[in-house]
Amino acid sequence: MEAMKVQDITPNDLPWKVRYDAGRCTLCGSCVAACSFRAIEPKVERRRMVFSESDFPEPKQRFSAVPVIRQTHSIRNYCRGCGICEKVCPNDAIGPVRNIDTRHPIVTRCLGGDSIKRGGRKNLEGSARTLDKIRVGRISQMTDPSLDAQRHTFDLLAPFGRIMPPDRLPFQIGADGKLETKDQAPPVRWIYPVIIGDMSIGALSWRMWEAVAMATAYLNEECGLPVRMCSGEGGVPSRLLKSRYLKYMILQIASGHFGWNRIIKAMPHMVEDPAGVLIKIGQGAKPGDGGLLMAQKVAEHIQAIRGVPKADLLSPPNHQGLYSIEESVQKMFLSFNAAFKFRVPVAIKVAASATSVSVFNNLVRDPYNIVGGFFLDGIDGGTGAAHEVSLDHTGHPIVSKLRDCYLAAVTQGRQGQIPLWAAGGLGKTGDLAADAFKMMALGANGVFTGKLILQMAGCVGNDQGRCNACNTGLCPVGITTQEPQLVHRLDPERVAQNIVNYFLAMDTEFKKLMAPIGNSSLPVGRSDALVSTDRAVAERLQIQYVC
Amino acid sequence: MCRIGAIKSLNYVHPSQALLLMQSQQKGHDNSGFAMVMHDLGGIFEEYKHLPTLSLACTDEGVKVAEDMLHAAGFQRVMQWVPETDPQPGLDIIAMSNYLFQTYDYPKHFKGASQKEKEELLLDMRLKLRRALEQDEQGFAYSFWPDVVTLKEIGDPKDIGTYFKLWEEDDRFTAKVITAQCRQNTNYDIVRYAAHPFFLQGYTALANGENTFYLKNVELQKSLHRGYIGFESDSQCFLYSLHYVHRELGWPLSYFKHVITPLPFQDIEQREDKDQLFAIRQSLAHLEINGPNTIIGVLPDNTMFTCCDAKKLRPVVLGRSEDTVVISSEVCGINEILPDRDWQTDLYPHERETVVIDNNLEVHQWKQ
Repeated sequence: MEAMKVQDITPNDLPWKVRYDAGRCTLCGSCVAACSFRAIEPKVERRRMVFSESDFPEPKQRFSAVPVIRQTHSIRNYCRGCGICEKVCPNDAIGPVRNIDTRHPIVTRCLGGDSIKRGGRKNLEGSARTLDKIRVGRISQMTDPSLDAQRHTFDLLAPFGRIMPPDRLPFQIGADGKLETKDQAPPVRWIYPVIIGDMSIGALSWRMWEAVAMATAYLNEECGLPVRMCSGEGGVPSRLLKSRYLKYMILQIASGHFGWNRIIKAMPHMVEDPAGVLIKIGQGAKPGDGGLLMAQKVAEHIQAIRGVPKADLLSPPNHQGLYSIEESVQKMFLSFNAAFKFRVPVAIKVAASATSVSVFNNLVRDPYNIVGGFFLDGIDGGTGAAHEVSLDHTGHPIVSKLRDCYLAAVTQGRQGQIPLWAAGGLGKTGDLAADAFKMMALGANGVFTGKLILQMAGCVGNDQGRCNACNTGLCPVGITTQEPQLVHRLDPERVAQNIVNYFLAMDTEFKKLMAPIGNSSLPVGRSDALVSTDRAVAERLQIQYVC
Repeated sequence: MCRIGAIKSLNYVHPSQALLLMQSQQKGHDNSGFAMVMHDLGGIFEEYKHLPTLSLACTDEGVKVAEDMLHAAGFQRVMQWVPETDPQPGLDIIAMSNYLFQTYDYPKHFKGASQKEKEELLLDMRLKLRRALEQDEQGFAYSFWPDVVTLKEIGDPKDIGTYFKLWEEDDRFTAKVITAQCRQNTNYDIVRYAAHPFFLQGYTALANGENTFYLKNVELQKSLHRGYIGFESDSQCFLYSLHYVHRELGWPLSYFKHVITPLPFQDIEQREDKDQLFAIRQSLAHLEINGPNTIIGVLPDNTMFTCCDAKKLRPVVLGRSEDTVVISSEVCGINEILPDRDWQTDLYPHERETVVIDNNLEVHQWKQ
């Protein structure tokens, strides 16, 4: 017997084991063909068969080569648990099983000498979510009636843009006793309180990105919901830049400035202004880190849009020249406001941090009135690619930080002047309306969401380590890959339909939440409507503790 | 639930009319208090219209504290009226020891001051008095303003009327504008300040309703103006928003309705003045109200108005005769004091309307 090699990788070291039943397998090969990670492969096994051919037992044995499916023993092509094999198997002969004894975090580092990278969200589930400890507990009854969610008209819109203090509105009273505007004020757009978060073309497959853009246009043009989509860092297809649908897009610029060459060149040809510009400083999933697009995803069209060769695309962790909030951010804001002649609101997105309130205070006190929104992204946000250590261990929860920012504004009497938009794990349980509603009651004007949009499209990843392979370019459902054969698994029309339907359902659910508290406009800052069964949460967020 | 009422007349009216107006609506409220603010005073105050009158309910120590403070600030008392009371046994009233209505002349160094400076002085003085008297509940300084008196007390309105002999009509204590309400704030603690009408720098507001955006309103109003304090009742927010929009921002009254119950976005979009309306909705989002409300307000020039929440969830009716206009939660109140009016001219304002009564008693209906 050959000496055992204890260092060899076996399925027991990996996060998922493939369950395979040779007796049910018809050897159709679908699973092997479908596994984008090459985590399973056909193999021939030598089998012994004992049989008897006479009337009385006369055991004989025969050896034969039998084709079977086997899990690869590799940390490069390991099973991610995506379950595509199970999905395509006609006979229920194969599927992934979570391996609780996995040594993956250790062996990967030992063998690779490099940090672990992946996509998805924080995978450390410590305790119940804060938002799940909060309920809408102030119900209108008796003298203050609830509304009829079906029949009442609700104003479900949130501001995007810098809002002037009332005493600085450029008004004068005209001869007819009416207020007249005598000067320019910053542009403000009233949009749906859920923005489709910034996921770049590059991080997403072109079909997925197009599907989201289609859904956005459909929601606007057919459903009357003014939903906006943020481009993410990485540009926008020229055709869209020059189309009238640009008005539904928020263009993002991040530290890599990817895609802006094309955007700037398209400016003279734009027939509509974009919905806004979002300057990304940080991201909740990997604060302090810049964007990361692995070379395997930098396909030809991505190279064209971004104007780059096929290489790992790393946005620097910081914007060039960003040394102080006062100077650099102002400069950036001014330049982007000026780029669209002060017609387009410009907002900033930062990762939630222990220092967020200081940053927010500086922006709120900005004398130029040009900061059109403060997008705050918490640790539970998703990403297409990051180091696992960043994903799991850096960042700041969104709920208390959003609340802190709102209360900081309240202390100065400046609430609402810079709209607060929150994200980071909202809708993680699938119920975005409830999470968004609670965030609004705590002070958010609206929320933005990315990962949930992917899940609407069919993303099978979750926060217990399933799939999370967005960085590999091997997304098994065609969402975060540029491989044509994988991308074609995704039906963009179906994706758009799912997103549209989810928004319609969420819209109904918003009304079902607003009606019982008797509000026809969004309950921004109505923390009196919330209660918590957790004393610590109640105290921290300054809401009523109930038991 | 509150019931509110207001009388505006070309003639001086005695508060017994306000009591009558509210008495018939007593099934709609809980008879837990009575409060009224009178503007454009007649009787003994008629000659002192230009000088501020302090309306004070206090203990004996409170009288001294208040008078010392006013004296130290340079105010000189020119007139005092102490209503004669009739403390019969068995009356449902939690009375203070003293009720004072004192008219003062401005401090000498304010003789040449502008109207605005004087108005700020009066507010500061009242706030100082309020703070000083708050200790041990020594007293309550309701208003300190020219041509305005306020009375608020806890108990049965009928008995409060008896105690202050308000049922006995005379021509000594009258006004052309009287706003009244018959309920203590039972949502929260029973506090004298919590009873509307509320008053600030010539503005009076009272409401029948529940302001479910109370917290939002309070959180902003607290930092808007030093006079926006107390918040013992969610209806105080209406007064402060009125004061802010009309006095601080200097906007015409018609914009008050746009601030508290902005039009739906899709309606604003259709308007010629959409730029202004969007800007108002944006910048004053935290003064929006929600929930069922009817508001009656009086401006410093004695213009009176009423408006409702955006869903018209609370009633209000306006009745008029040749010399008097009455606004009331229920029409039975108006029937009581204007029995001979032509009821077909009664107005039931709708949810997008502000009904304004000017000093000639002309009734204007403004559509938002």
